Amino acid sequence: MDNVLAFGAASSQAGRVDALFLVIALIGGFFFFLTQGILIYFAVKYRRRLPDRDNVTPSITGNPLLEFLWILIPSLVVVGIFYYGWRVYADQRIYVAGATEVHVNARQWMYEIKYPDGRTAINEIRVPAGKPVRFILSAADVLHGFYLPDFRVKMDMIPGRVTTLWVQPDRPGSYQIYCTVYCGTGHSNMLARLIVMPPREYAGWVERGGREGGEAGAKEPLHERGERVVKGAGCLNCHAVEGKEKIGPNFRGLFGSKVPLEGGTSVTADEEYFRESIVDPGAKVVKGYPNVMPTYKTSMPPDDVRAAVEYLKTLK
Amino acid sequence: MSGTSTEHHDPAVAFESAKLGLWTFLATEVLLFGALFTAYTVFRMKYPELFRVEHAKLDRVLGAVNTVVLITSSFTVVLGVDAIKRGKTRLLEVCYGATILLAAVFLCVKYVEYAAKFHHGLYPRTNLFFSLYFVMTGLHGIHVLLGMGLLSYVIVLSRRGRLSASYYTPAEMSGLYWHFVDLVWIYLFPLLYLLG
Amino acid sequence: MAGIGHPVAEGNGRGYLAERGWRSWAFTLDHKRIGAMYLWSTIFFFLVGGVFALLLRLELLSPQTRYFSNHAYNVFFTLHGAMMIFLFIIPAIPSGLGNFFIPLHVGARDVAFPRLNLASYWVFVAGFLVIIGSLVAPMDTGWTFYTPYSAKSAAAVTTLSLGLFLIGMSSILTGLNFIVTIHKLRAPGMTWHRMPLFIWGMYATSIIQVIATPVVGVTFLLLAAERLLGVGFYDPAKGGDPVLFQHFFWFYSHPVVYVMILPAMGIISEVIPVFSRKPIFGYKAIAYSSLAIAFIGFLVWGHHMFTSGMSPLANAIFSFLTFFVAVPTAVKVFNWIATLYKGSITFESPMLYALTFIFLFAVGGLTGPFLGALATNVQLHDTYFVVAHFHYTMMGGTVMGFFAGLHYWFPKMTGKMLNEKIARLAWALVFIGFNVTFFTMFIVGTRGMPRRYAEYIPKFHTENVISTIGSAVLAVGILVMCWNFLQGLRKGAPAPADPWRALSLEWRAASPPETENFHEIPVVTEWPYSYGTPKS
Repeated sequence: MDNVLAFGAASSQAGRVDALFLVIALIGGFFFFLTQGILIYFAVKYRRRLPDRDNVTPSITGNPLLEFLWILIPSLVVVGIFYYGWRVYADQRIYVAGATEVHVNARQWMYEIKYPDGRTAINEIRVPAGKPVRFILSAADVLHGFYLPDFRVKMDMIPGRVTTLWVQPDRPGSYQIYCTVYCGTGHSNMLARLIVMPPREYAGWVERGGREGGEAGAKEPLHERGERVVKGAGCLNCHAVEGKEKIGPNFRGLFGSKVPLEGGTSVTADEEYFRESIVDPGAKVVKGYPNVMPTYKTSMPPDDVRAAVEYLKTLK
Repeated sequence: MSGTSTEHHDPAVAFESAKLGLWTFLATEVLLFGALFTAYTVFRMKYPELFRVEHAKLDRVLGAVNTVVLITSSFTVVLGVDAIKRGKTRLLEVCYGATILLAAVFLCVKYVEYAAKFHHGLYPRTNLFFSLYFVMTGLHGIHVLLGMGLLSYVIVLSRRGRLSASYYTPAEMSGLYWHFVDLVWIYLFPLLYLLG
Repeated sequence: MAGIGHPVAEGNGRGYLAERGWRSWAFTLDHKRIGAMYLWSTIFFFLVGGVFALLLRLELLSPQTRYFSNHAYNVFFTLHGAMMIFLFIIPAIPSGLGNFFIPLHVGARDVAFPRLNLASYWVFVAGFLVIIGSLVAPMDTGWTFYTPYSAKSAAAVTTLSLGLFLIGMSSILTGLNFIVTIHKLRAPGMTWHRMPLFIWGMYATSIIQVIATPVVGVTFLLLAAERLLGVGFYDPAKGGDPVLFQHFFWFYSHPVVYVMILPAMGIISEVIPVFSRKPIFGYKAIAYSSLAIAFIGFLVWGHHMFTSGMSPLANAIFSFLTFFVAVPTAVKVFNWIATLYKGSITFESPMLYALTFIFLFAVGGLTGPFLGALATNVQLHDTYFVVAHFHYTMMGGTVMGFFAGLHYWFPKMTGKMLNEKIARLAWALVFIGFNVTFFTMFIVGTRGMPRRYAEYIPKFHTENVISTIGSAVLAVGILVMCWNFLQGLRKGAPAPADPWRALSLEWRAASPPETENFHEIPVVTEWPYSYGTPKS
């Protein structure tokens, strides 16, 4: 969803921020064109006419009334802007009762989501439209950020501390989440989505155990499910399938190959190697790569691990 | 050395400039230590219990001894500056020598304290109180050491006959610096050792 | 006081540059030589920092990384920011042009403490050598070094902290020297209200340098202590607070933007009257607004941290105070424009850059309220909107002011005139290139593109391509300008003592000045802005 100024605001709150933005833009634009217009006008009108003789210039050194006015008027204008900005902001910080609470824990370089009923997810948050949601934010290792541009909200995620953010999503859709506090190599890959579903669809999704994709049933081939899992779990933030390498090794051609490890030994990349690398990535670190992969032990169910492995096997 | 010596021909201006320069420098030192005092305040307010328990592990007697030592050293510095204002270079050297000696005593006592802390397994990394203790007293100790160097330099200048009743700027400036170093300790001692 | 066209001193042509040999530079006590050395050093770092910027823009041509790894990109933006801020923009005007011209402006032979001045330069050199040393394990923390990332990083953060500490010390010594020089060494008859406005600007700047820099010194000291000794002020695992780092860091780094802009504003206040042949309008307002900016600037650091979890009340206070820094700034802009009224304006390169400063700084300044207002800040913080805002104020502002000063004072410093035609060509390329590069960033920022992103989502592609094209034009403009300076040094026409018919005291000295500046210390009987009277 794109949003330039007032377009694409995903909540009425966001619309109020846009209105403020527009007002500041109009005031700023007014003063800009006024002052710079006068600047250009003076520069042209009072340019020296004759190449070797100055115009006669009066010795004006100041005007106390003007000074007073152009101190007073900007002061009033900025106090007004401050107040408007404060009012819209204050509404953002007041919590609405009855909000669903979703825990979001950031770590390099993914968002771990935990819902009140215990369901977990990676990099994807699903909520029903029309009800306020409160995000309880934390970070496991370094500073991260949680930015929902469509909602015009942002909050830092700080290790050792909990911060919060709330939105009221009114329109169904898929909204971008960015990490906005620099957190290392994978910072620009640390993306997530907020998926706002119509209430009935949401209820159906919850009933299905919160499985992504909606349509997938028990008959889905394992490797297709695995592809969904890999895409949804943030693996591709650090691993490319092929082409230019990111932080970890590429996937294509990995299965069956001989992998050199830190410490001098090597291992054949089989199903067990893949499974272990997902739940205990520090056990076997590939030579030349940093030991930064987080574990999916608690966030990825064993069925999904199996499916992911099957998918990786298809990448010849 | 190239460039003309641009020492000001008017000694009064030179002296006034040196004084303003030194006070400005002391302002920077206030900000330097001020940032640490701010950190102290922040963490003390956050962890009052930690501070209450940990500060008791500091040796108040040694701390008090050091306080007396430093105050005395400020006194000897004052005597020294007064001496040179009356043209008494020998007395200046003696007083500044005594100041350096007292500073050395201060540092020895600090050494004893630090060694005792390490012996008991209390290091900068142990907890926030000791982080503050070591960093603040450590930075202060570095300033004491630098002060000793400055005071020695003044003694050298005096031995070379460069100081007199009409020119004693280095003595007065280093004296001012020394008083500041003393003053920082006057704040450190109660905050770290005494406040429960 | 001598009028225009009657210089007090005519030199032998070489002036302070006469003595040769590396020792005459390395051990010089002459503020002009020290200023010149600072200028060479800072311009060098400007160009190196600029190269890093061009590498960033090259990579940003494509949404996915193509030429460099993410890590390399992150190193590049860190080095670009750190070099530009600490090794160029903070020292360039104060330690470069300030060192050269403050004694001349106040009618003194040198600064108050010439040996301290030389020491400040060598401490600066030591600092940048240490910083270069840290490149063995280059930083990728961003120039803001936020903890915990910087505390845990494998890069040479401790070494860099030491280097920055030394650079900071150099900054403090320079500021201290200037404060005493301005207070104590003014020529007879030069009351505070007869000082050039460049001096007022430098005075306010020096006060900020002296008060703010020690705090960042401690900030980095504690970061080094965390890495070396395991202290935990910023470490949540030890009960520390990563946000405390941000408070300490910004307590310095916000006032430091006024260290960057106030000297440039001082230059604008010098150039506009000369090329309008009119007295500066509102001298006292401009003079005192510098002090007001310095004072208010210390109270607003929290506006860099509105989303860091500070209480809404703290946020409100910082937002309120932030807006007030705009008022004295606006006052200066109004007064400069009023100076043009009924003037006799010519557009030599110093004036072109001065007018450009006003124009571009207005853009930068008027995009400030978006960031000062709390609700819009939340949307725009850490996006390209901020990047555009500070490039308009720092580059569109300070750097244009620096270029104005270099063009204005080139004849005085070197005794040669610049080629005006080439200077104007360079200006045009710089102006166009700058706006194309940075205006697009307001747009992508508003649309939500975060900063410090090596890769971005495809919807931001077009603006990024346009921005990169602009950066190429800007780079060419800067190169043309540098080439013009080198040509001027080698074969510029000989400059008279007062090519611009200006009234401040540096134009009473020869071009280039003799080592002792003036044969006789002038006696000052009026302010330096008596243009527009029958005498001129």
